[in-house]
Amino acid sequence: MAVTSGHGVRPNRPLSPHLQIYSPLINMVMSIVHRMTGAALYAGSLLLAWWLIAAATGPDYYSYFLSWCDTWFGKLVLLGYTWVLMHHMMGGIRHLIWDTGHGYDLKTVDLLSWGSLAASLLLTAIVWVCVAMGGA
Amino acid sequence: MTSMRTPLKKVRYLGSAKEGADHFWKQRMTAVANIFLGIFLVWLIVSLLGADYATVKQKLGHPLISVALLGLVVSGTIHMRIGMQTIIEDYVHDEGLKVGALVLNTFFAVFIALASLFSILKLSFGA
Repeated sequence: MAVTSGHGVRPNRPLSPHLQIYSPLINMVMSIVHRMTGAALYAGSLLLAWWLIAAATGPDYYSYFLSWCDTWFGKLVLLGYTWVLMHHMMGGIRHLIWDTGHGYDLKTVDLLSWGSLAASLLLTAIVWVCVAMGGA
Repeated sequence: MTSMRTPLKKVRYLGSAKEGADHFWKQRMTAVANIFLGIFLVWLIVSLLGADYATVKQKLGHPLISVALLGLVVSGTIHMRIGMQTIIEDYVHDEGLKVGALVLNTFFAVFIALASLFSILKLSFGA
């Protein structure tokens, strides 16, 4: 008789279907994006550290840092960073609301999910309007 | 003395990670802090647009700004370390790779924290 239990033995039980089986609901998509933006912010912490190191190093190195930010690639990274930060922040607030045990009916779940996406785009736009006005 | 607790009760007490809800709670505490500190960071960067180096240095060295930045770095690096830990534990199934990734994760978070904290303190106390 086949061994069905014990260390290192995987019994041949049915598995739950993986992600690609489900149609992408907004709640699920925002959950995945929340994790992806978290990972992006993890990498983005290098940029924050670089900024602080540049400021602490001296005027020449700081202006080199600023000239990097001013390239099209630098601006793209900063624009992306802004949205990623806002999206993760809005997603975080959504999860903190759910942590209180409220907002689990389907209508509210959809509203919070779409709302966090809309709020992240709106906040990114507001920040970059401020950047455009401040830079002018 | 023999414990009166059943093995199941022992496992349930602090769970298989032996940390209980510590990870969960730290993630939420730093999340709440990061909301405020993240808004502060965006405001700080926008307010420094177009400023010359002397102004940037003076502003970053201001006690209130420094303390908030120190808070952001501490809270942010704790949050990102335990967040990435969860991602690693979810997706890296090979035990050796997982342990290696967890070590690198901690090293990276500590490096970001120390480099940033040093820079902030240098801007405040340095010549």
